[in-house]
Amino acid sequence: MGEIIYLDNAATTRVRPEVVDAMIPYFTEDYGNPSAVYNLASRSRSAVNGVREQIAATLEAKPEEIYFTAGGSESDNWALKAIFEANKSKGNHIITTKIEHHAILHTCEYLEKQGCEVTYLNVDENGRINLEELKRAIRPTTILISVMTANNEIGTIEPIKKVGEIAKEHGIYFHTDAVQAYGQIPISVEECHIDLLSASGHKLNGPKGIGFLYVRKGVKIGSFVHGGAQERRRRAGTENVPGIIGLGKAVELGFADMQERSERETKLRDYLMERIMAEVPYVRINGDRTKRLPNNANFSFQFIEGESLLIMLDMKKICASSGSACTSGSLDPSHVLLAIGLPHEIAHGSLRLTLGYETTKEEIDTAVEAIKEIVQKLRDMSPLYEDFLKKHSEKEK
Amino acid sequence: MYSEKVMDHFQNPRNVGEIENASGVGTVGNAKCGDIMRIYLDIDENQVIRDAKFKTFGCGAAVATSSMATELIKGKTVQEALQITNKAVMEALDGLPPVKVHCSLLAEEAIHASLWDYAQKNHITIEGLKEPKKDIHEGEEEELSV
Repeated sequence: MGEIIYLDNAATTRVRPEVVDAMIPYFTEDYGNPSAVYNLASRSRSAVNGVREQIAATLEAKPEEIYFTAGGSESDNWALKAIFEANKSKGNHIITTKIEHHAILHTCEYLEKQGCEVTYLNVDENGRINLEELKRAIRPTTILISVMTANNEIGTIEPIKKVGEIAKEHGIYFHTDAVQAYGQIPISVEECHIDLLSASGHKLNGPKGIGFLYVRKGVKIGSFVHGGAQERRRRAGTENVPGIIGLGKAVELGFADMQERSERETKLRDYLMERIMAEVPYVRINGDRTKRLPNNANFSFQFIEGESLLIMLDMKKICASSGSACTSGSLDPSHVLLAIGLPHEIAHGSLRLTLGYETTKEEIDTAVEAIKEIVQKLRDMSPLYEDFLKKHSEKEK
Repeated sequence: MYSEKVMDHFQNPRNVGEIENASGVGTVGNAKCGDIMRIYLDIDENQVIRDAKFKTFGCGAAVATSSMATELIKGKTVQEALQITNKAVMEALDGLPPVKVHCSLLAEEAIHASLWDYAQKNHITIEGLKEPKKDIHEGEEEELSV
């Protein structure tokens, strides 16, 4: 005891020690600017290109199709804004989903003000899009379909291979936000006909502030950050060399043990979900039961509110997250939970637990015990629970 | 994010529970916005609040303000309780983050709603007490969702 139980790996992850070790020399020894001509610079330049090749291999892409960015949000912004700008002669319509990350949704809102038309696809109660609805949404002016590989809140994996096929058939670019999925499940840009893909380092035990955008060769897209000639003139700014090296090490380690890690996490996650469902009444699981990221569990506890639950878990040194309004700074709970059809009061009582490679069964057991105790404590305090019990006992009479 | 006092009242809330055959009960807020507060009052023949209890569905601040509100009105007369504002509740808690100020308004509303119920049950009028709004977030939500 006394140790933190970290179950918020979808928010960010702990950097693996090997990743930190790999990065350090690039701060103090091989610190040269990769654009310079001297030998010192060539060492960092070739290291950066090594990571580019390594990442390309994980996606079945070519090294020159990988562009380093400052992270997932920049990659999403770049993909959407620059595709819109570069393809105006073809059209101004983008199709995306209601459950995308805000890096996509708020970018779409911005683009709508610039004359872009956006269709937001619905999802079913498990968070999956409907491919027929996608096909019906396609117009002659559609330039881009952006569907996330897997959802960050409820863990649902989208049918991106089918989306890619539909996009290809219609000659429309396909972008996928793979920030949560990259390093968790295998993704092939060839097999899924992906034209653009966003990913981030800190979700797979790498450093924050580094990510990449995959752009298929031939895709019509301009720069997002203007300036120097880095990244083949497409993304200016001196390369974040230590970040790129760290990302590379995290990808190397993350892909080396992906299958066994995924099996282990799936087992632990299922154990967590089974225990909660069996031992806590009036609870539901959010997201698809099987088409789901290995490390994601998401529950809604009736009659209680998520922020209180998080604070009480924090007092027991358990880190988790919620889609309640109080944690989002607005009055509305998570757009994802509303999109899967949850009523507001059920969405307010949501709890997301996301596992990592270091998560143990003992930690899961401790968390389950804490959740049981806290949920009961909060229900005893809740007027909704009181009303529910009264209604229930009246019915029995 | 929260002051020590808020955390204390959240972790060890005072006066959680119900009062059977309460002199007045008031429920405010709505589940849609994520907080509901219910205050129970036990008021004696001299219009003194002998006891107050609460039940709250909501965030840490909602629980803490309910707890503090019930503490502040216990032992007070109905007239004195009516004078307790959301500012008084906030000050007693050493402040709230700006996004949580509405929780203290909810606490003030809950006091008023329970007093209103007491007045209705006893067919009396309490000077200065207006009929509570059914839902304090009505309107507020519309303003914010622009």
